[in-house]
Amino acid sequence: MTRRMPVFVVLIAAVCVFQGLFPQPNAQPAAVTAFGRLPVLSDGRIKPLDSVARSTLLVIQGRQRVELPDGSELTPDEWLLDVMFVPEKADDYRVFVVDNTDLLSLIGKNDENLKIHYDSTAKQIGALIGIVPSSRRRMSFNEIAPYLAQIEAQEKLAEPVLAQARTRFQSAVVQLYGNLSHYLRIRRSVQPDGSTDFLGELLSLQGNLVDGIEAVRAKEAGKPHDEAKAAAIIDEGQKFVGMAESTDLLAIPPDGDETDPNAWHNAGHALLETFGKGEVNPAVLAYAGMAYAWRKDQAESFSHIVELYGSSLDKRFPKQVEKTRIETLFNAVEPFYACMMIYLAAFLFAALSWLRWPEPARISAWGLVALAWSVATLGIATRMWLEGRPPVTNLYSSALFIGWGSVALCLVLEAVYKNAIGSAAAGMIGFATLLIAHHLALAGDTMEMMRAVLDSNFWLATHVVVVTTGYASTFLAGMLAVIYVLRGVFTRTLDKATADSLARMVYGIVCFATLFSFVGTALGGIWADQSWGRFWGWDPKENGALIIVIWNALILHARWGGLVRQRGLICLAIFGNIVTSWSWFGTNMLGIGLHSYGFTEAAFWWLSAFIALQLALIALANLPLEKWRSFRPAA
Amino acid sequence: MSEYFRQLRGVFVSLRLTVVLLALSIVLVFWATLDQVHLGVWAVQQKFFHSLFVTAKVGDLRLPIYPGGYLIGGLLLVNLLSAHIYRFKLGWRKTGIWIAHAGLILLLVGELISGIVQQDFSMRLDEGQTKNYSESNRLSELAIIDATDPNFDDVVAIPESMLAKGTVVQSPKLPFRVVPKGYFPNAQVQMRSQAPGAPASPATSGMGPMVAVTPMEVDYTEEGHNFPSAYVEIVGPDGSLGTWVVSPLLGNPQGFDYAGRSFKIFLRPVRHYQPFSITLEKFSHDIFPGTSIDRNFSSKIRINPPEGGPGREVLIYMNNPLRYAGLTYYQASFDPETDKTTVLEVVRNPSWLIPYISCAAIALGLVIQFLIHLAAFAKRRRA
Repeated sequence: MTRRMPVFVVLIAAVCVFQGLFPQPNAQPAAVTAFGRLPVLSDGRIKPLDSVARSTLLVIQGRQRVELPDGSELTPDEWLLDVMFVPEKADDYRVFVVDNTDLLSLIGKNDENLKIHYDSTAKQIGALIGIVPSSRRRMSFNEIAPYLAQIEAQEKLAEPVLAQARTRFQSAVVQLYGNLSHYLRIRRSVQPDGSTDFLGELLSLQGNLVDGIEAVRAKEAGKPHDEAKAAAIIDEGQKFVGMAESTDLLAIPPDGDETDPNAWHNAGHALLETFGKGEVNPAVLAYAGMAYAWRKDQAESFSHIVELYGSSLDKRFPKQVEKTRIETLFNAVEPFYACMMIYLAAFLFAALSWLRWPEPARISAWGLVALAWSVATLGIATRMWLEGRPPVTNLYSSALFIGWGSVALCLVLEAVYKNAIGSAAAGMIGFATLLIAHHLALAGDTMEMMRAVLDSNFWLATHVVVVTTGYASTFLAGMLAVIYVLRGVFTRTLDKATADSLARMVYGIVCFATLFSFVGTALGGIWADQSWGRFWGWDPKENGALIIVIWNALILHARWGGLVRQRGLICLAIFGNIVTSWSWFGTNMLGIGLHSYGFTEAAFWWLSAFIALQLALIALANLPLEKWRSFRPAA
Repeated sequence: MSEYFRQLRGVFVSLRLTVVLLALSIVLVFWATLDQVHLGVWAVQQKFFHSLFVTAKVGDLRLPIYPGGYLIGGLLLVNLLSAHIYRFKLGWRKTGIWIAHAGLILLLVGELISGIVQQDFSMRLDEGQTKNYSESNRLSELAIIDATDPNFDDVVAIPESMLAKGTVVQSPKLPFRVVPKGYFPNAQVQMRSQAPGAPASPATSGMGPMVAVTPMEVDYTEEGHNFPSAYVEIVGPDGSLGTWVVSPLLGNPQGFDYAGRSFKIFLRPVRHYQPFSITLEKFSHDIFPGTSIDRNFSSKIRINPPEGGPGREVLIYMNNPLRYAGLTYYQASFDPETDKTTVLEVVRNPSWLIPYISCAAIALGLVIQFLIHLAAFAKRRRA
């Protein structure tokens, strides 16, 4: 039985991944999925509405699913449909996370009125011990709406303060204000506020257009005219101006087969063109039709309109539509989430192999790592294809790539040493980096546009990839060292041969890390010289990379000079984790320099916790050997 | 050879010294990075890297508290050179290390040179404007311009440092002495009507009596701008002509006549003149559709060579600077109010090639050395 374990384990994991490729029948109706595939232009790129829904939900409430007060759930696409087409319903969905107590009291909330009352005793106990939430973190738009004026006033006060100097309350109020505006911009993207029959309005406008425009012209020229008709047209025009100014979702494609993304515009702009062109933009009409059908619950006509509109885009922009189709599929599969789980399983199997079933568990772990790594490779490749860019373009993708690179090295280590250590390290790093990436995704679209300075595929492909590989390998050396300490101190499994091979792995990886971090940093210098006429500018991120290079060089020289032996090497490698994490995240937290493109307060807390943990591990490594379980003489 | 020398040599060739110096340099870089939040990148370079010691004020004294970039870099250089002279033996197994270390020596020397010879200026151009000079970002000079001849300006430029020290300047080109009476590295200049409580000014001439000068803290941050001010007395052979206030904030030079000649006096950023001039034809600022994310900044400029003629048109944009006559012009900033004014950063760095060569050598050395290690490892495992 145990001989076949690897086959079963990997097969089960593979099935779990690939079932995501096929739509689950009861998740949402096919027409809703087709709606999610419709392309729009947002954040500077053409993407499916599904991505708009998911990234908006991640930003405003930290998760993709929407829970209704009655306990049922909406998919991101269904939520988006309600926000765009039946806002009075969507305004009651609780999707705005508010955690700051000062901000909660500003919107009239306190412990008492946020407490969740459970019916079942089990859940009541769970809430007491913290397994299930005891109070609500998410508010609906309608709950917050009465306090909009106060929120806006506080935001005006907090906004001029530099992001890193804001108090918690200030950051929270700026964030909530941003989230509310984000929500409103989507709510107003294809129909004006308070409209219940926009389709009817547009159709009647279409009918009266010729007479109306004539009346307006006559009015302007001071000639006799039908006042009511002119007023109706002017009224509509003002409404469209309001729409054009209140959204940044460019849902309306250009006319004909113009492929320039700059030609996309929002519904308000498209409607303003009505008066010049003499007809209402068909794409706006299509959205108004979808709104009508969705609001009236006419599933068949909704599905029909989405299909008609979708196929017309299909013919005009086949390339872009293909990308949005793949992106929607990519969103549904959530490959990195699957990888995260498999890495975790791989780590558990690797650890199991040191305790029981050495061979089957080791091979299972290796198989799982290989599977997760292949899925991650596909995922990263898909992102590259969608973006048309090298793998690393922002903090999020650097987390994906650091994990990918480390795991690739682990696969090589495992192939050479066959002692499950490579798989254990792969599981740990793969899981941790994907978890970090998941949290970084809460900041918004992870395929965001590159700011002007960074917009260079050549340098992104060389400097950024190489230096990120340097980060990845320094982390890997650190993780191997952590395994050495944990196994040595807490288990009996670190025999001399294993200890020696672990130390050799650490040394080899440090050599690799030195090479890559040096070359990556030097390439960065060359980029800087090509772009700014100076090789080295002492920018925080440059300094961070330099510190990694020097740290790796220090480890090598300390070992060559005999200043450290095996345990010293292990301690230095663990400290490398601190150095690398500071360069990766800490430098961004300073909020200065050319590279400061991501800052979160929560990240600061996690970084501090991580550093404290590494220091604790170093202290542990310095315990006298007789306290290590592996080296304690058998009693 | 004396025992004492042998011991000293022992310290300098040791790997222990290398490790200590590497550790010291990590702390130095880390500390300097954190201090950038307060000091800005330029002041940090002067304080931490272009110095023998990092100093701090203890009471009234400025004491060295930590080795600076020059000291650590210098000692590393000595350590490296002496290790190669006395400790390393030539042998193919160390080829990579030899090459990498040679590259490192070149890199350290190159950084030292570029720290000394590299100069930065900036050039601010409105669309259609032509300039044959760039201006310092940090240093100012007092220009006294003899504008008697309408076709030609004769300029005497007095550096800011002489104003700060109060050095009296007498030049054969000027029929008077220039006597600095007060200097502020950063000061606000307002019309007296806007600053009713301001103390009386020692200035008697030009704009002097009309404006109030309020000294301000020096701002070291990257975005911060400092505007120096000074009181300057002009003294002719027969006595004082008056005291002027000078500051770049006054905008235009102040004029006065003396001995039948017309002069202008102006405190302005130090200028670096070039034999050619540059005209900004067009500045463009693109953003991504539907966002406020900057996609590109570009300046279409024309280089007008000294010998005349139509010159040549060049597009400077992000990651694509212009290298011309030993200078590098890159797109640094713009005027967000009008979107019609570009700011080009101008860098002169004659040693720019050194880092390319040295980094290539280090990378090559590392690759060779690690391949040697890898081959040895593979051989051992097969055995």
